[in-house]
Amino acid sequence: MSDARPASLFDIIGPVMVGPSSSHTAGAVRLGQIARAILGTQPDRVLIELHGSFALTGKGHGTDRAVVAGLLGFSTADDRIRDSLALARQAGMEVRFATCDLGPGAHPNALRMTLEAGATQCSMTGASVGGGLVLITTVDEYEVDFSGTYHTLLIVSQDRPGTINAVTNWLAAHQINVAFLSVGRKERGGDSIMLIETDDPVPAAVTEGLATFPWVRWVRYIPRITDA
Amino acid sequence: MKPLTSIAEWVEQAEAQNCGLHEVALQVEAQVSGQSREAIVAQFQQRLAIMRDSVSRGLATRQGRSLSGMTGGDAQRLAAWLEGRAPASGPILSRAMLYAIAVGEVNAAMGCIVAAPTAGSSGVLPGVLFSLQEGLGLSEMTVLQGLITAGAVGVVIGWRAMLSGAEGGCQAEVGAAAAMAAAAAVELQGGSPRQSAHALAITLKNMLGLVCDPVAGLVEVPCILRNASGAAQALLAADLALAGVESVIPPDEAIDAMGQVGRLLDVRFKETAQGGIAASPTGRRLAAQLRSEWDE
Repeated sequence: MSDARPASLFDIIGPVMVGPSSSHTAGAVRLGQIARAILGTQPDRVLIELHGSFALTGKGHGTDRAVVAGLLGFSTADDRIRDSLALARQAGMEVRFATCDLGPGAHPNALRMTLEAGATQCSMTGASVGGGLVLITTVDEYEVDFSGTYHTLLIVSQDRPGTINAVTNWLAAHQINVAFLSVGRKERGGDSIMLIETDDPVPAAVTEGLATFPWVRWVRYIPRITDA
Repeated sequence: MKPLTSIAEWVEQAEAQNCGLHEVALQVEAQVSGQSREAIVAQFQQRLAIMRDSVSRGLATRQGRSLSGMTGGDAQRLAAWLEGRAPASGPILSRAMLYAIAVGEVNAAMGCIVAAPTAGSSGVLPGVLFSLQEGLGLSEMTVLQGLITAGAVGVVIGWRAMLSGAEGGCQAEVGAAAAMAAAAAVELQGGSPRQSAHALAITLKNMLGLVCDPVAGLVEVPCILRNASGAAQALLAADLALAGVESVIPPDEAIDAMGQVGRLLDVRFKETAQGGIAASPTGRRLAAQLRSEWDE
């Protein structure tokens, strides 16, 4: 159960999950699932750096196994979570763990992941904020803020006029309603990141269409997290 | 339409409609979620089945030790001892403890459970529901109704107080789970909505102030045995309420008091493993030992 006020009976009688801890285990699986979605495929190599309480009690809570289970695409209720480290080895995924200090402002249950699949690379910082809910705070060098409770699109593009309009028009043309939209950038005239959370799932064809816009560097789609 | 946020209003609605608490909870859930009653009941059936599985797994197989090695095997120990015995705690209460521990051990060993309301307190409801079902020969539908009522009690506690050890101590996890189970226990034994409300109030009052002090920060010691204690508290309070004993302090005020205690509790007693059992000499020694094993 999270700090948020429960809306549904199923916030109380649920989630269905592999124990022992909704924040250290279920939330960690979700962080792995989201990292996998950002990379767009199963990683070949991953560095998982644990911060704070994740670093201190992660082993006892199975946080390490939970993150790797998420990277393998398992759900929070999957009985294979306990054996995920061996399963990752069998799948040819090279996993390294380290501890890190993400600074005093970081949530106690936070981690950073650096993933590679062939020539594709990405990094992500996120935290498990309670009740199995998570918050992603950086993707590559960009600051973001999303929880995976909506369908999420991440679009990195050149920072120039008209990009937001073009993207939202494209989504509207495909009947996709935008719930939240935010834009950030590192420097003026450099690349910018658009974070779009939608009510409706975004079909692959729509995501692929966005990727063909000439000023778009890359697009990633993270489907909404659902309970088993 | 908003979720239920007051036990008093909920009881009033049930009395006005001359129906059980679960019926009002179902109506509210259908309106809040936009789902049909059938869909909601089907999801509850699914979760009840997973709860039942988690009990049988804790009893039948050698679940093995937890990842830390601190816990595991107590459910089987208790089951073996109960065999052919008439324990002082009675047939239903002893089974409730047994099932609660079984689920707690499955959870600690990375098995699948239904958080209710949290993973750390997930043994209380299965303990109470299934021991009553077995002991009294209750139908599956009756147990399902109890689970729905329990869920709605949790919603109210979540709105008025909190439902996590990190926010309010163990009283907000095992305490809340026990209050939820107490209301359900009254309903499935044929008690009135008003009696359910008093059972949950009595339970919360009796578990008020319980701190969250897990050794090494893990959901094992004292969490697993506290699930057994929560299940017992729920059954005791249900008996009192069924006998007509009423809580002098109304249920909503008992929940608010739990919330106040939770907010005032020192941070050392809120899942940080800095106080209570976790800070005992043995608790600290076990934590240090585990930490050095993990660092290897």
